Amino acid sequence: MELKDIINPNNLVYEKPELLTENTMHYCPGCSHGVVHKLLAEVIEDLDIQDKTIGVSPVGCAVFAYNYIEIDWQEAAHGRAPAVATGIARTNPDKVVFTYQGDGDLASIGAAEILHACNRGENMVVIFVNNGIYGMTGGQMAPTTLIGQVTATTPNGRDVGRNGYPLKITELIAQLPGTSYVTRQSVHTPATIRKCKKAIAKAFQAALDKKGTSFVEVVSTCNMNWKMTPVKANEWMVENMFPFYVPGDLKDSSKADPESYTPLKN
Amino acid sequence: MAKVIGAVVVNNEECKGCGLCVVACPQDVLGQNKQVNSRGYHYSFMKNPEACIGCSNCATVCPDTCITVYRVKI
Amino acid sequence: MGELRLMKGNEVIAEAAIRCGCDAYFGYPITPQSEVMETLMDREPWDETGMVVLQAESEIASIHMIYGAAASGKKVITSSSSPGISLMAEGISYIAGAELPCVIVNVQRGGPGLGTIQPSQADYWQSTKGGGHGDYRLIVLAPSSVQEMNDFVELGFKLAFKYRNPAMILTDGVIGQTMEKVILSDYIPRLTDEEINEKYGSWATNGRKPGRQRNIITSLEMDSGRMEQNNLRLQAKYAKMEEEEVLFEEFQCEDAEYLLVAFGSSSRICQKTVDLAREKGIKVGLLRPITLFPFPKKPIAALAKQVKGILVVEMNAGQMVEDVQLAAGCAIPVKHFGRMGGIIPSPGEVVEALEQKLIGG
Ligand SMILES: Cc1ncc(C[n+]2csc(CCOP(=O)(O)OP(=O)(O)O)c2C)c(N)n1
Ligand code: SF4
Ligand code: SF4
Ligand code: SF4
Ligand SMILES: [Mg+2]
Repeated sequence: MELKDIINPNNLVYEKPELLTENTMHYCPGCSHGVVHKLLAEVIEDLDIQDKTIGVSPVGCAVFAYNYIEIDWQEAAHGRAPAVATGIARTNPDKVVFTYQGDGDLASIGAAEILHACNRGENMVVIFVNNGIYGMTGGQMAPTTLIGQVTATTPNGRDVGRNGYPLKITELIAQLPGTSYVTRQSVHTPATIRKCKKAIAKAFQAALDKKGTSFVEVVSTCNMNWKMTPVKANEWMVENMFPFYVPGDLKDSSKADPESYTPLKN
Repeated sequence: MAKVIGAVVVNNEECKGCGLCVVACPQDVLGQNKQVNSRGYHYSFMKNPEACIGCSNCATVCPDTCITVYRVKI
Repeated sequence: MGELRLMKGNEVIAEAAIRCGCDAYFGYPITPQSEVMETLMDREPWDETGMVVLQAESEIASIHMIYGAAASGKKVITSSSSPGISLMAEGISYIAGAELPCVIVNVQRGGPGLGTIQPSQADYWQSTKGGGHGDYRLIVLAPSSVQEMNDFVELGFKLAFKYRNPAMILTDGVIGQTMEKVILSDYIPRLTDEEINEKYGSWATNGRKPGRQRNIITSLEMDSGRMEQNNLRLQAKYAKMEEEEVLFEEFQCEDAEYLLVAFGSSSRICQKTVDLAREKGIKVGLLRPITLFPFPKKPIAALAKQVKGILVVEMNAGQMVEDVQLAAGCAIPVKHFGRMGGIIPSPGEVVEALEQKLIGG
């Protein structure tokens, strides 16, 4: 069979999701953000909720996410996406709201906002792209940077005495009664990408079912600032990040039952 | 067992030559072109087209969604 | 027609928000304005009008909640006092940059730092000249009575939506805590989603309906040329406000030989000063700027041709005096009299200052 016989619309098995715009992504070659964007577009398309989904993209490499998925978007200040999403979700209870945050954004400058939004159980989805570094500003240390990891501000490797410990914020989030689904995924192989898509779909379904906050961490690479090829970066991630940021579900239940909290007798 | 044959189309101009599709392919179909596209990237191509089984692994891992996959059962 | 009540200024802000069809209030407690949220929580408007009231984890979160809700076309309000407004500065700049409407109430207390919980007007610069980063302006309304606390909520929203710009009600602990008679506004229903889409569908991010482009709310623009255009568009908007929205009030200015300029609670004191001074035979008038931005430059310039000197009375070290000086020019003296630290000047003190700084001088 000739190539031209195979390449025929009837035989199509994989194509770009319709919700991805024609804009060329500004990300570095091989950046995990692109894969996560694609999964989001696919999930929103599969659930057919593009008319009621509002994305919030705070500062970080993905601040321009609004250029790539055909839905309504709000750009947010560094770290504040969970507050912005709270404002939308509270006043638009029939909409589906998600934030798309980096590790510097979510675990450092926006730590208060994410903890309180998750603790209130805001009905929203959080996509947390943890690449262990500040990508956008040129590779400085993030709260998630591993001990010994070299960054622009830890040129001799992260030192606990000077910089404190890497923050497993997802483990913290999983403790909060307002979250229903908390999971850690990755997008470095076809199998993990398919699994991550299922997790994102589940998180969006939870938002549709008004189950409180669902939180999907995607352990990711920043090959540019890790100073590796994209292929090498994936290997480095598996070898160094997975032992500390262990993939898998951290919580899969529902928001805590208010009845289980005994009220004060007034 | 029915045999499947596949083929992929790479959007040469959108490809950033990251090489992720090359390692994701179980059939060693893809390679990076010696040529560069207008943005200077060594875009991916089917160096070994007969081996493609249309599994979509390459397209799945592509961060820039520049691979379209076709498959026929024979 | 309006309901007559005896209420505190802060309570009136809450009541006016419910009645004018607000979709949400987000805030964080701080003296001297906590009664705003307390009143709202007590009123439980979510049962009555569907209005959302949420105590946020900080003023930073409150203002970004305002951003999110305002960006979806909702009518939203927050309140705080000086240190809290400093924390909100980031969000206010983003709201101004993304051109979103909202109302922010600042019930000022004395600073700098934690300062005092007593009233002050020391956030004039912060409100009218910036506060956050970048070239932006707030519409700033300065009420001088509990009645105006009611009226300016709806006026603030009217201007905020007309210009897609944040509006601030700049008041202080005196008016926030004072109980006065007030005629409350009649209820205006909240807009439905359909009405929001009809009015603001071209920009509101509340879900991309089939047939329309996706809406993006952002203040970000990496292209310098386009970013300059964005700034020029903002400047044109502010120029239009200066042309069309200036509000002020004059008391006994017709025959005035001296002029007092004061806003908010200071203008209340200055009204008494005018009476006291006139009893002493000093012909003095008062101009009260109601909008601090846009500032009433023209009426001040006109009066500057008539009077022998101007005394600007503020509860701060001299902030608005700079704007008055600019408007009045250099032909006559423009002096400042102020008290700080939460001290409210007495009308007699102001007469003395007038005599010392202008008449005797
Ligand atoms: C208030 C504020 N402080 C600092 C910055 C600079 N800044 C931009 S992005 C960023 C870090 C982003 O890192 P992360 O959230 O991990 O996202 P990534 O780029 O790695 O995806 C910083 C510090 C900013 N934009 N705003
Ligand atoms: S700097 Fe890092 S995170 Fe940002 S686009 Fe490049 S690879 Fe991705
Ligand atoms: S479809 Fe599968 S076999 Fe074909 S090139 Fe892609 S990864 Fe290789
Ligand atoms: S994964 Fe995509 S961008 Fe990377 S080399 Fe392959 S086709 Fe090109
Ligand atoms: Mg990062």
